[in-house]
Amino acid sequence: MIGLTRRPAPGAHPPHALRVRDLTTTLPTDKGRVAAVSGVSFDVAPREVLGLVGESGSGKSMTLRSILRLTPPQAEISGSVQWGDDQLLTLSPRRLRALRGRDIAMIFQEPMTALNPVLSIYRQIDESLAVHTGLDARGRRARAIELLDLVGIPAAASRLDEYPHQFSGGMRQRAMIAIALASEPRLLLADEPTTALDVTIQDQILKLILDLRDRLGMGVILVTHDLGVVAQTCDRVAVMYAGRIVEMGNVAEVFRAPRHPYTRGLMGSVPQNGGERRPLLSIEGTPPGLSAMPQGCTFHPRCAFRTDRCMASEPPLEPAGPGRAAACFHQDQVIAARRAR
Amino acid sequence: MTAETPRTILEVEALSVRFPARQSLVKRLMGEPRREVNALNGVSLQLLQGETLGIVGESGCGKSTLARTIVGLIRPDEGRIVFEGTDISALGKAESRRFNRRVQMIFQDPYGSLNPRMTVRQILSEALTVHRLRPAAAIPGRIAELLDLVRLPADAAEKLPHEFSGGQRQRIGIARALSVEPEILIADELVSALDVSVQAQVINLLLDLQERLRLTVLFVAHDLRLVRHISHRVAVMYLGEIVEIGRTEDLFAAPRHPYTQGLLDAAPDLDPARRSRVASVRGELPSPLALPPGCHFHPRCRFAFERCSAEHPELTARGPTHCAACHLTEFGCLDQATVLSM
Repeated sequence: MIGLTRRPAPGAHPPHALRVRDLTTTLPTDKGRVAAVSGVSFDVAPREVLGLVGESGSGKSMTLRSILRLTPPQAEISGSVQWGDDQLLTLSPRRLRALRGRDIAMIFQEPMTALNPVLSIYRQIDESLAVHTGLDARGRRARAIELLDLVGIPAAASRLDEYPHQFSGGMRQRAMIAIALASEPRLLLADEPTTALDVTIQDQILKLILDLRDRLGMGVILVTHDLGVVAQTCDRVAVMYAGRIVEMGNVAEVFRAPRHPYTRGLMGSVPQNGGERRPLLSIEGTPPGLSAMPQGCTFHPRCAFRTDRCMASEPPLEPAGPGRAAACFHQDQVIAARRAR
Repeated sequence: MTAETPRTILEVEALSVRFPARQSLVKRLMGEPRREVNALNGVSLQLLQGETLGIVGESGCGKSTLARTIVGLIRPDEGRIVFEGTDISALGKAESRRFNRRVQMIFQDPYGSLNPRMTVRQILSEALTVHRLRPAAAIPGRIAELLDLVRLPADAAEKLPHEFSGGQRQRIGIARALSVEPEILIADELVSALDVSVQAQVINLLLDLQERLRLTVLFVAHDLRLVRHISHRVAVMYLGEIVEIGRTEDLFAAPRHPYTQGLLDAAPDLDPARRSRVASVRGELPSPLALPPGCHFHPRCRFAFERCSAEHPELTARGPTHCAACHLTEFGCLDQATVLSM
């Protein structure tokens, strides 16, 4: 690919890593403030793809938005988000704005609503290039074509001046990725980037993200509800339930032997090859609402392993082997049950 | 299914549905012919008594149009639907109502398909009264029975749809469809709007109900894993046509159409050890207004050769119960390397 390798940035940054500690985001409701994200901690190393997986309402998207403070105005965020030398949660709005889109870029689920319908694709890429690079107008146009080419839009030069509505769903998502990449970010936050797409297009987009990760050496946080997407794309995974991380670890290990009953249930809920027409290992009930969190472990009303202890106190997220952590009092039984199946 | 040959309960013959495309006033005044989208293009299939037939494909492949045409929500332009030996378009008013009762559809959107101002009791008793299935005195008993069948608590009857979660609402939709004792259930993206853990609950319920009530199910979905899990037979659709149909085990063990193979490879596997870094199918769906000549899949097919862009492949037999529409009749029987070198 022409010219798109990582250029030494001005001032030659050291490779950044994102360090999130005890991130908590609360929202006001009629019944007082509720925590959409509660005590979430994780790291993302350069070149690493971290998956945040969970069902609707688990707080995975809110976690992602809290990192860049892209939350609703009434939300309150506490904890620490360390990016290099910067503390993102206390950074001045001006410096945060400069960092958004330059160091850390974000892509969204629905490209039609995230793209501006009345600006051409070129104008939207140019916006980012003008702010974050020192290129002149001609240079920016050449670079925009390069970017569309990079994300796999055919006939990039002729499509540059088209508008979002002239693009298909997959092409819009590619265009959005091109805009996000315009500043050569070091971290890409992807919020369900393929959920609205057909499976063959999803496959293309996920592989594109992995290629770009290799080429540009950026870290990626991929928010998804699809465990298959995690298995195929991520290096590490954090499973979220009711605003908390309940299990975290290396993808291969978590999928081989889940330690939390929720992870186990989620995996059992996905039809596997060879299990045709047999009942799935489902999880009874539905996730709790934010304003009616159960006492103790928030998963206990749906959990087959629960005991009195789970109803009384909340299990902390504790290390369980190298790079693994789980928040469950009965991890050993969960592992044993898996062997027995 | 039993060992004896199952009876065909419903047959779709060469079904075509066309929708007129939007056309500007100027073009209409200039007398340009109105363009049409071929949503269904000569689809034929048989639904066997007691089976689950899965229909899978990506958006725009015509799978929902097919479901809607079968229940009579869309009138076909060509072809016919034969239910127990009779063409349904020839049915009289009373017979047509009987057909409507025996073939029930459950919709994707549990939020939009239930009347928000009716309690569950009203929703269920409406169906029972319209089809005169039970005397008024027996209706409360039947409602309790139905709620139990779909595993909803008895006090659910007095609640309004908004008081339920998505999964529970989908159960109400199923209860409503079952209330009239149908023989065929048409489920269009039944669980697509639900979270994974809730999806599994509804799928388990459907599997159980089918066994108990001996239902025939047409299961329309875009999720290959779900369709594979629930179906006895699977039909794969692409741009308004069936490109492959066969028994689930055969079709997934050795797909005989490159598109089926591509769909299979694109569906993310739960095993992190089985990763590939190459996208399985290149390109995108062509505009349905400008279908490629020959095989509609050829611009995206890595096995395409000259004949594919010239001649449209027909759906032909690949085994006693397996058909595919591909010029490479050997596709899927040889190992991949041999096919690639052809």
